[in-house]
Amino acid sequence: MEAQALARPHVIGTRMPPAAAKMSIRELDFYYGKFKALKDVNLDIGERRVTAFIGPSGCGKSTLLRTLNRMYSLYPGQRASGQILFHGRNILDAGTDLNMLRAKIGMVFQKPTPFPMSIYENIAFGVRLYECLSQREMDERVEWALAKAAMWEEAKDKLKQSGMALSGGQQQRLCIARAVAVKPDVLLLDEPTSALDPISTAKIEELIGELKRDYTIAIVTHNMQQAARVSDFTAYMYLGELIEFDATDTIFFKPKRKETEDYITGRFG
Amino acid sequence: MSDHTSTQFDVEMEAIRSGVLSMGGLVERQLARAIAALEEDEDSLLIDAVGTDEREINRLQIDIDQQCAQIIARRQPAAVDLRMILTVSKVVNDLERIGDEVKKVAYKASQARGSDRLTRVRYYDVVRAAQDAQKMLRMALDSFARLDPALAAEIVGLDDEIDLAFSSILRQLISYMMEDPRTITPALEIVFIAKSIERIGDHVKNLAEAVVQVVMGKDVRHASAEQIRAEVAQP
Repeated sequence: MEAQALARPHVIGTRMPPAAAKMSIRELDFYYGKFKALKDVNLDIGERRVTAFIGPSGCGKSTLLRTLNRMYSLYPGQRASGQILFHGRNILDAGTDLNMLRAKIGMVFQKPTPFPMSIYENIAFGVRLYECLSQREMDERVEWALAKAAMWEEAKDKLKQSGMALSGGQQQRLCIARAVAVKPDVLLLDEPTSALDPISTAKIEELIGELKRDYTIAIVTHNMQQAARVSDFTAYMYLGELIEFDATDTIFFKPKRKETEDYITGRFG
Repeated sequence: MSDHTSTQFDVEMEAIRSGVLSMGGLVERQLARAIAALEEDEDSLLIDAVGTDEREINRLQIDIDQQCAQIIARRQPAAVDLRMILTVSKVVNDLERIGDEVKKVAYKASQARGSDRLTRVRYYDVVRAAQDAQKMLRMALDSFARLDPALAAEIVGLDDEIDLAFSSILRQLISYMMEDPRTITPALEIVFIAKSIERIGDHVKNLAEAVVQVVMGKDVRHASAEQIRAEVAQP
């Protein structure tokens, strides 16, 4: 299947104009052992846009997300073939520096995963792996990252408190702060609000809207309305295949494929 | 189209769809009565029936609009469901306005009598225009029932003919009024009737355009008949 181009502005109302591709996926296959979980996936992740991946359970959307920062390499028996181009290089190549890759392509998981450390150290820990900053510079970085995640006002007076003592929504924003602290290009969000209450969810969605000014974001979500609210582009996947990829406004108003329309209108057959 | 997993959602969508068709049926009946009033002597029972059905049409407009709002709130509809609800919300407004115009025609029919000189205009040209509007309305309701954009595209062209008929009627009446001032009062009533029929044609055209939007996701308001036919013909 030919790569589907980034959606052009559409009369229905694309939220943002077209963008250059920050990451390009070409002929991507993925295997869990002998099981082929992704089949010939081709698409571009637009720079400073939010791309949402939707589809039923088992369709491969989280699998796809985890190929984007080679997270699958942690597990034996999982492999990918094809190309994922990032800054002109195929990250699937054997010589890829995975630590640096994962600093540039950060990930936030469904269950908040703060380190068993203070709020300050949760942020500083990752930064220290890549940069040598003075105490003052590190303080500024921690404040900057927490502010980026809309957490600074809540956290500034308790930086020495454990990150585990925060509420679920705050922990998730701490994880987002931790990801942005190392100055990534891309943020991968794997169902970031599934475990959160509606108010925390709304705050995270608001944060996504702000973060996309600076970062390219890919989000996997089971919540179609969330995809409609937060994303600029939406990819619908089914049984490991990319069925349709287009501007979110198009997908949710007049999708081109019947399979897409059936899914988003709740005609699961 | 297959059913939703939620059967209640299916029930709700079918309710608004059949509501539109019920409302359309009432409006068709109203228009038939108005044409009968134009063709025949005054019938007070006919006028009363127009008033009764008009109240029912207004009630349906409000009911269906409320149902649409509830579906939006509960279901967050997308794609074809969203387009259908947006369309139904517009269509019930157009049907209600058609009902208003038809009522004017029926009530003014008796006031347009009183001059033999205008008989030809009234009996032939105005009634013919009203019958064309009636045919358009039937086609529009059929196109909605079958979600047929090709049929909808034909209707847009027919509205141009009704507009031409109105212009022709107006020119004739102006001539009569200039020749004989005694015809002015009944002639003006015929002008108002003809204008109402012309407005009915416009509202039916809106209905047809709404069907194209449901099926094809394209907004063809303000497009010419040729442009709409071209859009509908695209794969």
